[in-house]
Amino acid sequence: MTFRMPNDVKQPPAQRAANRAEMTRRDILRSGAAVASLTLAPGVTLMAFGGSPAEAAGAKADAGKRWGLLIDISKCKDDCTACISACKTENGWGGGDNPETDAQWIRKVTLKNTATGHTETMPMMCQHCEKPPCVDVCPTGASMKRVDGIVLVDKHRCIGCRYCMMACPYKARSFVHEPVINQKADAPRGVGTVESCTLCVHRVDAGGTPACVEACAAEGHGAIIFGDLKDPTSDISKRLADYPSVALRPDLDLNPGVRFTNLG
Amino acid sequence: MAMERTIYREIKATPAVWGLAAMLAAFIGAALLSVLYVEHHGHIVTGMNNQVVWGLPHVFAIFLIVAASGALNGASIASVFGQAPYKPIARLSAVLAMSLLIGGLAVLVLDLGRPDRLLVAITQNNFKSIFAWNIYLYTGFLAVVALYLAVQMNRIDYKYVRAAGTLAFLWRLALTTGTGSIFGWLVARPGYDAAIMAPLFIAMSFSFGLAVFILVLLALFKLSGRKVGGMLCHRLGGLLAIFAAAVLYFTAVQHLTALYAAEHAGIEDFILRSGGYITFLFWVGQVLIGGILPIALIYVPRFRDSSAEPVWASVFVIVGGLAQVYVIVVGGQLYPMELFPGYEASSSFFDGEIASYSPSFNELILGLGGVAIALFAVGLAAKILRILPTNLADANIPQE
Repeated sequence: MTFRMPNDVKQPPAQRAANRAEMTRRDILRSGAAVASLTLAPGVTLMAFGGSPAEAAGAKADAGKRWGLLIDISKCKDDCTACISACKTENGWGGGDNPETDAQWIRKVTLKNTATGHTETMPMMCQHCEKPPCVDVCPTGASMKRVDGIVLVDKHRCIGCRYCMMACPYKARSFVHEPVINQKADAPRGVGTVESCTLCVHRVDAGGTPACVEACAAEGHGAIIFGDLKDPTSDISKRLADYPSVALRPDLDLNPGVRFTNLG
Repeated sequence: MAMERTIYREIKATPAVWGLAAMLAAFIGAALLSVLYVEHHGHIVTGMNNQVVWGLPHVFAIFLIVAASGALNGASIASVFGQAPYKPIARLSAVLAMSLLIGGLAVLVLDLGRPDRLLVAITQNNFKSIFAWNIYLYTGFLAVVALYLAVQMNRIDYKYVRAAGTLAFLWRLALTTGTGSIFGWLVARPGYDAAIMAPLFIAMSFSFGLAVFILVLLALFKLSGRKVGGMLCHRLGGLLAIFAAAVLYFTAVQHLTALYAAEHAGIEDFILRSGGYITFLFWVGQVLIGGILPIALIYVPRFRDSSAEPVWASVFVIVGGLAQVYVIVVGGQLYPMELFPGYEASSSFFDGEIASYSPSFNELILGLGGVAIALFAVGLAAKILRILPTNLADANIPQE
């Protein structure tokens, strides 16, 4: 639950009282001791009462944006896994020794064109669909899409039914099969719940870019571009407008936020 | 011979009843221990993985939930379709329906990654989710069938019994439609995503539920030293053959439709021809044992007259039914999703590969625990409620 609390002194007292009145007893109880605040712009403070971190994170989403990735497969090097290593370090997954049950937020897929024999590799992660099937099927609303298009799991609300994993057409989600230790503060995980790529929402909310994008650029490949799909002047929007690209499983009409170019 | 009015009496607490109750309680206890064990270690101690996320517990849970709706057959035929010979078994039919549902739901809930958050599932719903709808379909079913049982047992005007029975009948159709749609509405996976899942599940419910009902009815009568005549048994057996045939019919339509589409050739080949034990479970378990054998038992004159015929037919339908649910639930997940049409995909996350799944002992114990909960509940109800007729000999069965 979030509240916009304008601290503009010129605001009429009645308005300020009304804003305060929006805080019900339940909200205050829910908030507990965890109250985060963030100054968005001069005069506007955004306060997040800690119902759950994911809800708090949702408060920072901007409906005027839609975050997405454009992956240039021709630039993705076969033997490079920098994006995966960066994601593991950033979000604290990996390190297990059971590939069948270990979580994989991002993976490299090798594709061989069955007609031509041409082989290439590409990173695969949550596609952050506009109409995500995982969100549709989630019985509790733990699977959710922020207004800026980032699809997340509220780890406090997930009951671990795994229906989202049945529904996701991209095999993007993992179930946490074992107790987890040494979690990252920005990427809470929990045994018995489902998780997937968060598009490094904590970085995005702080004005940054996802770890995989940064790592790929640092390697000098620059195969992944991050940006606002709603902003026609953004680099990602311009490239999408100028060059052909595809979404995976376009037949499902989910309008993913992740697009691919140079799929051979 | 003058027909006596149907009299319902509780079963007596004989040593056999106590022994059976203790055995079922042991199974339930073992299931709860298994849940604690999985809770403590995480699902790593089950056979489930990130490829097969629903395993043996779901096979048992879905079988029990589907059978729950079908166990109501006897009551529906009596109250909705006015068939007098079924009236004496209507009460047991309603109780068994509730018991099976409770057993199935227990397995489903106890296999959650976070069963401690059941309250979240009850209080926070996303109504676009068929799972969330099912929460209401299941709890509503319990309420409606409880009402139906109450009006039956209070001997009030029959029109209320018929009204409650009709509501319960419609509700069970909705319930099984909802259960089938859990799979039917999954657009991502080639083994599901088919509207026929709903009617297929309804046919499965008619068949599996009746098979369980026949066995429970005969077991309870044997346990309490009461008589069941051959006429009622053969009537139920005949019905079972029709329902088993309906399941075969919908299964045939399901696979023929999928075979016609080139995009589904892979999954169909996996299920029908190259899928190893899944193919075996389909042809031998589901089709032969669950379909052809019970139909043959009931229609071939040599077997038909045997008093054991409905029992064996029911056992076969249950074995075949479990195989069928396994093929749907596990088989549908073992085959990889087609993420990249036109490409051969491979990755560290098993893209493009047939997955593997070996159920663990924990899962089996949890599934059997659900069966034990259902049987314990129906036995307890027969012990404390007047749901079981004292005599179902041929002469005592009301005629149309």
